[in-house]
Amino acid sequence: MLMVSSLLAATSIVEPLILEQLGLERNALWVTAYMVVLAAMFLGVISLIAMFCIWWERKVAGHMQARIGPNRVGPIGILQSLADGMKLLLKEDLTPGVADHFLYRLAPYLAFAPVFAAFIALPFGPNLTVEPRLNVGVFWILAMLSVEVMGVILAGWASNNKWAIYGAMREACQMVSYEIPLGISIIVGVMTAGTLNMVMLGHIQGGGIHTWLIYRNPFVFLAFFVFFVASLASNKRAPFDLPESESELVAGFHTEYSGLRWSFFFFAEYGAMFIVGGIQAALFLGGWHDPFGLLGWWYQKALANYTIDPTGMNVASLLLLNVIGVGIFVTKALGIIFVQMWLRWTLPRPRIDQVLYACVKVLLPMACVLLLGAAVWQWLIPERPGIPWKDYQPWDLADWFRAGYGAAGVTQLVLTLVGIGMFSAVVGWVMYAAATGRNNKQRLTEPAPLDRVPDNLVKA
Amino acid sequence: MMGAILGQGGVELTDAGTVSAVLFYVFALLTGGAALAVVFSRNIVRTAVALLFTLAGVAGLYFLLSAEFLAAVQLVVYAGGTLILIVFGVMLTSKSQFARFEPKLGEVIVAMSVGVILLFALILGIFHTTFASNALSLDEYPVAKLGQVLLGDYLVPFELISVLLLVVMIGAAYLAKGRRRDEPRTEKPTLSRAARQWS
Repeated sequence: MLMVSSLLAATSIVEPLILEQLGLERNALWVTAYMVVLAAMFLGVISLIAMFCIWWERKVAGHMQARIGPNRVGPIGILQSLADGMKLLLKEDLTPGVADHFLYRLAPYLAFAPVFAAFIALPFGPNLTVEPRLNVGVFWILAMLSVEVMGVILAGWASNNKWAIYGAMREACQMVSYEIPLGISIIVGVMTAGTLNMVMLGHIQGGGIHTWLIYRNPFVFLAFFVFFVASLASNKRAPFDLPESESELVAGFHTEYSGLRWSFFFFAEYGAMFIVGGIQAALFLGGWHDPFGLLGWWYQKALANYTIDPTGMNVASLLLLNVIGVGIFVTKALGIIFVQMWLRWTLPRPRIDQVLYACVKVLLPMACVLLLGAAVWQWLIPERPGIPWKDYQPWDLADWFRAGYGAAGVTQLVLTLVGIGMFSAVVGWVMYAAATGRNNKQRLTEPAPLDRVPDNLVKA
Repeated sequence: MMGAILGQGGVELTDAGTVSAVLFYVFALLTGGAALAVVFSRNIVRTAVALLFTLAGVAGLYFLLSAEFLAAVQLVVYAGGTLILIVFGVMLTSKSQFARFEPKLGEVIVAMSVGVILLFALILGIFHTTFASNALSLDEYPVAKLGQVLLGDYLVPFELISVLLLVVMIGAAYLAKGRRRDEPRTEKPTLSRAARQWS
């Protein structure tokens, strides 16, 4: 049913072109068929993302633990997920005898369908959103993420297994605590942008790195980190993976699941990771735009040309621009996912009460202070409204002062420098670790010297 | 303005009427069928799941009416928040795994009469209202408008509702706390010093 509502909104720039080529008229039958094809395509995209992320996660985990990770199936093990998928397809699909059979079978779909539906609002490029007119895009994704939780809770409950129920209950109380800081930190960003539409959010950040929303004021900058922590809890990622803490609850809510149904939970989890990364990319980190604002500048020119003459080179230019945009957007989202993996294999898991404490007593007040601060800040130092390159020249600081937004411009530049400094420190750290890791690995594999000879080996 | 900026977006249907009619019936069936399941299912958790589908169906109807904000709120607040709290409550309180409703005859009669009265009131209300044929023009940005109206013209009712919610929350916290205070302590902890330190 959630799929139906996502299909409702199918759209693309390609669709009119296909119609023209086939010489067909757009009627209800065509639209339905087109939606089905688009849905199948998105299913493929999500599966591909999930499979890639699972392989990548295992690789990252391997390197962090001084081993290699999957390396047998395909070059550098890249086809490992495909092999695992085949195995899961062939496994027996078990349902416990004492389970609530109907709910047990329904739960994996209830977990996966909302994640699938959330993809309709993600802006992959200026013209590559499934539904660009969705004016509540950010809110829609938030809604889908909160519906996904229902599937997880039901899975645990319907399994009729004490470990699974513990997992489900942890998920329920974790959800109640993280959802409010998550929502409020999104509101801080949205307040600065003045829109909930994901495509619009992308367009207003097109003037280069200093127009990205995260650098608009210090409060949004901090809200990004609050959102990141809350989103870890939302994705059930370590250190907040209490619902499936495999060292205490067997496998948490999916203890009883096997085969394809089990893999649905993983598709949902990795899909949700990509969505959360996508929100952070689109809402805070400039969407599909590069740090220099070149793509935003190009888009304004290409769009102007396209409006005058929608043929030939102008279409090609717009399409190329969209393809580059997809590349940048996906790179940003995958970067966020990498940080999630990095944290997962670094941090130990807290207890459930510590998670609740962190979310309700630390993150929530922090988010509220940020919300108030952002409101006051905007009242004192107004943001520059409009779309860069269209309404103003983003790199011309003198123009900012002339228009009366000098303070905002200087703030954004200073914050950008801070952000770039932090980012390059982190990247330098990772590079250093990657470069020295090889030596450490060799040191670890050396045979350990014995302190003393074991008793049973001592000759009498 | 929005259309120009967002560029080539959206499938504009030539026979939009048919598609939205079909979708209306799909969502209406979903809502109605799931609502019947809510009424007739005896298992509390299954009832909650059926309620999820009802709420999602209503959200779909909101989407068909271009009330996307309302639809998203419906999903966040009811499907995502309230329902999960219901299931959580059931998990914490029910003694057996699959708690069942066993309503008494009196309860059934009261509930049915309330339902019938409500149904008649709604039908009467619908027949006595004259609906504007083309109420809204959707070329404005409706969510921003909604926000301005809520925090402008209707600020007082909006704040009153939030105060009401606050009162409910404080009341619930008070009730939960008060009951715990009355409980007599049955047994003394008999843990060793080391265990107490780590518990």
